[in-house]
Amino acid sequence: MELKTLLAKATPLRSGDQLAGIAAESAEERVAAQMLLADTPLTRFKNELLVNDEVTRLIVDTHNAEAFRPIAHLSVGEFREWLLQANGDAIASLSIMPEMAAAVSKIMRVQDLITVAAKIRVVTKFRDTLGLPGRLSTRLQPNDPTDDPRGVAASIVDGLMYASGDAVIGVNPASDDVRSVETLLHLLDKIRETLEIPTQTCVLAHVTTQMEAMRRGAPVDLVFQSIAGTEAANKAFGIDLKMLDEAWQAARDRHPGANVMYFETGQGSALSANAHHGIDQQTCEARAYAVAKRYSPLLVNTVVGFIGPEYLYDGKQITRAGLEDHFCGKLLGLPMGCDVCYTNHAEADQDDMDVLLTLLGAAGCNYIMGVPGADDIMLHYQSTSFHDALYARDLLKLRPAPEFEAWFERMSSAAIQKALEC
Amino acid sequence: MLARISLGRVGHSLPTKELLAFQLAHAKARDAVLNDLNCTFFARYEPLIVHSSALNRTVYLRRPDLGRRLSNPHLLKRGDYDAVLILADGLSATAVHRNAAPVLDALLPLLEGWKLAPIVVAQQARVAIADEIGELLGAKMSVILIGERPGLSSPDSLGAYLTWAPRVDRTDAERNCVSNIREEGLKPGLAAQRIAMLMRAARGQKLTGVRLSGTSMLADDGS
Repeated sequence: MELKTLLAKATPLRSGDQLAGIAAESAEERVAAQMLLADTPLTRFKNELLVNDEVTRLIVDTHNAEAFRPIAHLSVGEFREWLLQANGDAIASLSIMPEMAAAVSKIMRVQDLITVAAKIRVVTKFRDTLGLPGRLSTRLQPNDPTDDPRGVAASIVDGLMYASGDAVIGVNPASDDVRSVETLLHLLDKIRETLEIPTQTCVLAHVTTQMEAMRRGAPVDLVFQSIAGTEAANKAFGIDLKMLDEAWQAARDRHPGANVMYFETGQGSALSANAHHGIDQQTCEARAYAVAKRYSPLLVNTVVGFIGPEYLYDGKQITRAGLEDHFCGKLLGLPMGCDVCYTNHAEADQDDMDVLLTLLGAAGCNYIMGVPGADDIMLHYQSTSFHDALYARDLLKLRPAPEFEAWFERMSSAAIQKALEC
Repeated sequence: MLARISLGRVGHSLPTKELLAFQLAHAKARDAVLNDLNCTFFARYEPLIVHSSALNRTVYLRRPDLGRRLSNPHLLKRGDYDAVLILADGLSATAVHRNAAPVLDALLPLLEGWKLAPIVVAQQARVAIADEIGELLGAKMSVILIGERPGLSSPDSLGAYLTWAPRVDRTDAERNCVSNIREEGLKPGLAAQRIAMLMRAARGQKLTGVRLSGTSMLADDGS
C-alpha cells in the first residue's frame, strides 16, 4: 500500500477525509491501518515522498540526518513509546519530518498528545516573551464587520481590561484594501504606543497587502499569512515560498532580532482548494508546519473549527484535531497556539470549546484567541472569549507573558480607558 | 452589529443573563441550520419543487458536492427564458422563510418584459445547484436566493447569487453576489433593486462575475 494511502486510512475518523474518499471504510479497517502504520519504519518517510512539490523539497532540504539519528532505527509505534519516555530537551533536539509527526499522532490517544506536547516548550520573543512555562497568552481579536476604528478600539479596550492581547493585538480586516489596512495599522500602533503595551500588533490582510502597506510607511509589526501544506494549496492562497521569503526579509529589516512572522493553518484547507494530492488533511496540516518553521515565527495557530462540518464534523472531531495540530506543531518546534472555535453549521457548542480549551491549557498551548463574548461579528464564528482565557489561567495557574503581566499590574482599568479617550 | 463588550463578570465567568443570551443566539442559529425548508410558504408562486442529491440535512452538511446536484433533473423542461429565479434553503431555512418572499415581491415588478422561467424551490441545496437548474431550463441567467451560514447574531441572512449562462462547473468567480439580505442588514426592498440592476447589467454585457463592469457601487453591500 502506498504510504499516503496508509496514512489516510489510519487517520482517526473525520469528515474531510471521507469527503475526499480516502478514509478507511470501516472502523476495523482504520485500526488495521494503524497497526500497519505502527510497524512502519520512520526511514520509509525519507524514502517515499508523498508528493513532488516545493513544500516537499523544503522538508527534504531542511531535514538533518544527524539530528534524526537518535530515532532513525524506530518504527512509528516505537517512536510513540520513545516520545512518551523522553524529556522535552531530547525531543526538541530531533529533526523530524512533518509526515513522521502526523503518522505518530494518528496512533496516539488524546492523553498521549497532551503528555508529549506538555514536555516541549517553544519560546519566542518580540516586545514580550511568549511560550514560557506556566504562561498562557492570548491574541486580542477585535474584529469589526466594517473595519470601523471605533468598533475595533472599543473591543481592544474591553480586552485589555481582561489582560488579553499579550501574544498580539490582531485584526482580521473586512476589506483587503491597502488604505483601510493602513488605517487599522495606525490605529493599533497608536493604542500600543499610547499605553506602552509590551505586545505587538498585526492586521491579517494578505501578505502582499501588508508589504504594500509597509512600503507606504505604515507601522507593521508582525507579518501574517495563512499557509497550507502543499505548493498547490499555497498557490490557492496566492502565495509561494519566494513571496514569504521577501516578506520575512522586509519584516526582519524593521525589527532585527525579533520573531516577526505570524501564520495561521487548519486541517482541510488543501482539500478545500482541491490541492491535497490524495494526502489526508491532518498530514497536509503537519506539512504546513514545515513552511512555518522556515520563518522562525513568533506565532502559529491552527484555526481548528473554522472550516466547517464537511472537514471536521462535530465537537469530537474538532477537539482531536486541535490537539493533534498542537502536538505536531510543538514536535516540529513551532510556538503553537490554537483558535479554539466552531461555526454554527458544525455539531458543536460552547461545551465542546470549554473541553478543548481546558485540554490545550493542560498541554501547554502557547496562546488562544480573545474575542469579545466569543462572538466574532465579522467572520461569523465562535472562538474563545476574554472570560474563557481568565477561566483557563485561573484553573490551571497560568499567567500572561511576564512583560505584559508587569504592565497589566501597573495599569488600572481607569487608566486604560482614560488614556484612550484622546 | 455590535461586538459583545462590557459584559461584566462573575469570578472569571459570565453573568447568568449574558451566558443565556449567548445560548439563545446559538440556539436560533442552530435551528436555522437544521430546520427543513417549508415549501408551502411559496405555494402562491406555483413553483417547481426540486431536491438536491443530498438526502437529508446530515448528508447535506457533510457532502457539499451532493448539494450542488439535482436528484430529480427530469422535472425541469427546457424552454427559452431570460432568467430563472430560484429559492434554496442553503444553510438557513429561516432566512428563506423570512426574507425570500419580500425580495421576490419587490423584484418581480422590476422585471417587466423579462421572460422568466417558473420559480424553482430547491431543497438541501448549495449555490451551484443554480448552474444545473439554469442549464436544464435553458435560462440565460440564474438568480438564486439562498440562506447564508448563520452568524450568532444573524440567523436569517439571505444571499443572492447571479450567474450568466449557467452550466455545471461554473466557478464562484463567474458569479455576482448580494449578501446580508435581512431586515437588520440590507433590507429586502433595497436588495431587490440591487439584484435587478445587476441582472440588467449582466444581460447587457452577457456575463457575470469579476469582469462585470459598471456595478462597483452595487458590490458594496456591506457584506
